[in-house]
Parts: sequence; C-alpha cells; structure tokens
Amino acid sequence: MSELRFLRAGEHDVLVECASLADAVGLRAALERAPIAGVTDAASGARTVMLHFDPAAVTREAVVAAVAAVAGDGGVRPNGTNGATVEIPVVYDGEDLADTAALLGLSADELIAAHTGRTWVCAFGGFAPGFGYLVSDGSPLEVPRLTTPRTRVPAGAVGLAGEFSGVYPRASPGGWRLIGRTELAMWDLARTPPALLTAGTRVRFVAVGG
Amino acid sequence: MRALEVTAVGLLATVQDEGRHGFLDQGVGTAGAADRASAALATRLVANAPGAAVIEALFGGLGVRAHGAVEVVVTGAYCPIAVVTASGRTHHPAMYELIDLGDGDELRLGAPSAGLRAYLAVRGGVDVPPVLGSRSFDTLAGIGPAPLAPGDVLPVGDETAGDPVLDAVAPPWGESGVSQGVVLDAWLGPRDDWFTGDALRLLRTGVFTVTPASDRVGVRLEGPAPLERANTSELPSEPMALGSLQVPASGHPIIFLADHPVTGGYPVIAVLTDASIDRAAQLTPGQLVRFRVR
Repeated sequence: MSELRFLRAGEHDVLVECASLADAVGLRAALERAPIAGVTDAASGARTVMLHFDPAAVTREAVVAAVAAVAGDGGVRPNGTNGATVEIPVVYDGEDLADTAALLGLSADELIAAHTGRTWVCAFGGFAPGFGYLVSDGSPLEVPRLTTPRTRVPAGAVGLAGEFSGVYPRASPGGWRLIGRTELAMWDLARTPPALLTAGTRVRFVAVGG
Repeated sequence: MRALEVTAVGLLATVQDEGRHGFLDQGVGTAGAADRASAALATRLVANAPGAAVIEALFGGLGVRAHGAVEVVVTGAYCPIAVVTASGRTHHPAMYELIDLGDGDELRLGAPSAGLRAYLAVRGGVDVPPVLGSRSFDTLAGIGPAPLAPGDVLPVGDETAGDPVLDAVAPPWGESGVSQGVVLDAWLGPRDDWFTGDALRLLRTGVFTVTPASDRVGVRLEGPAPLERANTSELPSEPMALGSLQVPASGHPIIFLADHPVTGGYPVIAVLTDASIDRAAQLTPGQLVRFRVR
C-alpha cells in the first residue's frame, strides 16, 4: 500500500487518505480484520477511511501508529468480496441514458450492454440509508456528476457518477446521471442487514422490459 | 403503567438517546440528542442509566401529562415551565430542577428566552421501541420513533442507575452568554489545505450569522464573504465527522449536527470541539458566531 495521509477531523476522528479507492477498500478490510482498541466506529469514502476513537481509551497518535502498522504489514486485500451476489433488474429508460452514452462515446444499447455485462462490487456505503457505491473491473464507465444536481431523484433510480454506479434507495436530491430504474428495495428495515448492498457485495445488473 | 401523554408539541419534538452506532456503512448516521451535554445532564439528574431516551423539544411548546407519578427534569434551552396539577393549580418549577408530577399533572414548556432545544428526561427513560438499536429519530434518514404528536402516549421505562443525588444544579451556560455572540472552538482540517489564505483568515476573524435554514442536520451560516477554495477539483466523497464545518459551493459554511449525512462531497475546513458542537445545537437564527481556530 502506498503512502497514507492522516488528517485531523476534530477531537476524536482521524481521516486516513489513501492513494486510490482500492487502497481505501483494502485498508478498511484490513482494519475490520485487525480492529484497533479504542476505535469505536469507522466509515469509508472513495479515497478515505474515517476512524472515530474514544479519547479516554486511546490517543490520536496511537490510532495513527496502529493504522500505519496495519497498512504496512501487507495484510491488505483490495477489492475483496463478501460472497454475496445480488441481481438487480433494471429498466434502462433513465433521463440521462442518451447523454451519458454520448459522453462515453457509446450508443445507448452499448452502454446498457456495458453496464449489464460486468460484475460490480460494492466498495462502500454512505450518502443515504442503503446507498452503495459500486465499482467494476474493466474499461471504466466514468462520467462527471451533473453540473446542477436534481432536487429530486426518484427511489430506485440507477445512476453513474465518477467511477461509480449506484441505486438511489429512496427519493432524494442527487447529482448522478440516471440511466435506469429498479423496483428492488435497496433498504428494508425488516431485513438484516437492512441495506441490500454492503461493502463487498457483488452486483449484476439485468436489463428487463418496462 | 406509568407514561407521559403528549398534549402539545412546538416546532418539532423527538425522542433522542446517545444515538445509533454501527450503521455508517449502510448510510445511517448517529443522530441522538443534538446538544449531548444537556441531554446527558438531564439523564444524570433523574439518575437514569446513560443512554436512556429523552425528549428533545425544538423551541419549547412541548406539553406532557403524567400517567401515574413520575419524576422529570428539563435542561437545555431556557424555557419557562408551567405545571398544571390534576386539581387545577398551577406552579412554575425551574429548569435544571427535579420536578415531581402526580397522576394527571401536566407540564408545559413555553418558548425559550435563550437557546433552541430543551431536553425533558423522565426517571426510567422514554421507553418507545428502539429501531436499529436506538430510540433516536434521525430526521435525515427518517429512521427511529416518529416525531411526537399530541395524543402520543410514551411508556416510562426502568433504565435507572441508582437514586437522584441532586435536586437541582446551576445552569451550565448563562442566558446572556447564549443571547449574545457565541465563540465556537474548532480544529483546522481535514481539508483546510483546499482553501485560500484569505478564507482561513476570514474563518479566524469573520463574524458569521446563523440563518433560519438550520435544523438537526446542520447550522447554516452566512459569512461576510464566501470562503474561497484554492483547490477547485471535485472532492471524492468522504466521511464527515460530527461538528464538521463543511463549505458547499456557495462558500458559506454549515456546521454538521447530529443528523448530518454520513459522507459528503464538499471539503471540511474545520471541525468543532465537543463542547462547541453542543453550543452550536443551541444557536438560534440571527445569532452571531465567531470561531476560535486551533
């Protein structure tokens, strides 16, 4: 794993910045296998892992040293999967389908084929309950976010932004480019865990008729 | 069964505890009392176990009627308190003082003279069913016991830890201190290097105004000028700490409170200290804020 940056986020959070998404995913997985005493909560970002610690139990310096030791001992396995595979049926009629395909130099059908023809892995969750940031191997489907985010994206909308694909669990504002929609519930409190996609879940998108 | 019947709510009254932990990866934040110190003090005064649930009342307006004899206390925003007994007499107990309510007695909170959020703890705790391990309502995620409405009957639990040892304490912050300009302590970072030197100077010296668009997600501030960025690239989504001073495209910062989003795509210039996070949760629209940055 290449260089880590340790950034202060207030009195009891350390933001660890990695060189790549794969490093951040790998670091998080390594920290799950070798938890640091006094670290009470953790969250992941696209290049970062945030560690929340109890200052009564551990110092910032000790947390930083422990992370550096975990990262340095070669135990990092990037892009691990948790064994689960989820099929998400999608009606590819998103408002931004044609524009997004054009940005990628593809036809709409080629974009659908590219989106359904690969395995995605949930790198991390966040943004909203049940929202998973999905990444894939192979040629990236990388597009910028919308310049002006929509004030309302409907539940089930399937989108692309940056290096990620994702499904909006419920209606919310959002800046991702929408290529389709699914009926599958991304979040269900009656389920354990309530989120359908958690870090390491493999995903296949399947095109279905509207 | 002992219970509190809700007779009135102000702008918003919710059940809160120490928050929901372990669900950040599923996109669910911590929530919990916005002013944690006031909620914890209320919990201690009635000698509840830490983590017992309280009622958070936004801008007073709360009314509760006792079913059975209960002991309560109110902390946080300075609200006038009236108790109308079952026999029709009215008296006015103080904040930060244990209050005995007999069966049928009703307690009402008026509008606060200072501060924004009052906390009512009942000995034994508010015993509504937890959701994902917490009785906190998260306004952003929409998870947890629904906001209170008149007619709700809240069971009183048995989450006590010994007997109350104090009848009353001195208020931890003075009324005048809250009414006037407030100084909040903050640590620079994690993304202070994304901002210009002018922006960092403005953060240290500027006077910021609390806008009405503030809620449990965040206190939205308006500065004398936007905090300009030196780095204008798109920040890859990253986790946000409680108390983060996030700077969106407008350049006017938001202090993230209990219901803040788990991740965000705008840089955080500084993060408030614990004590200042609690203070920020009591800021009212129009108040002036300065930052003491370390």
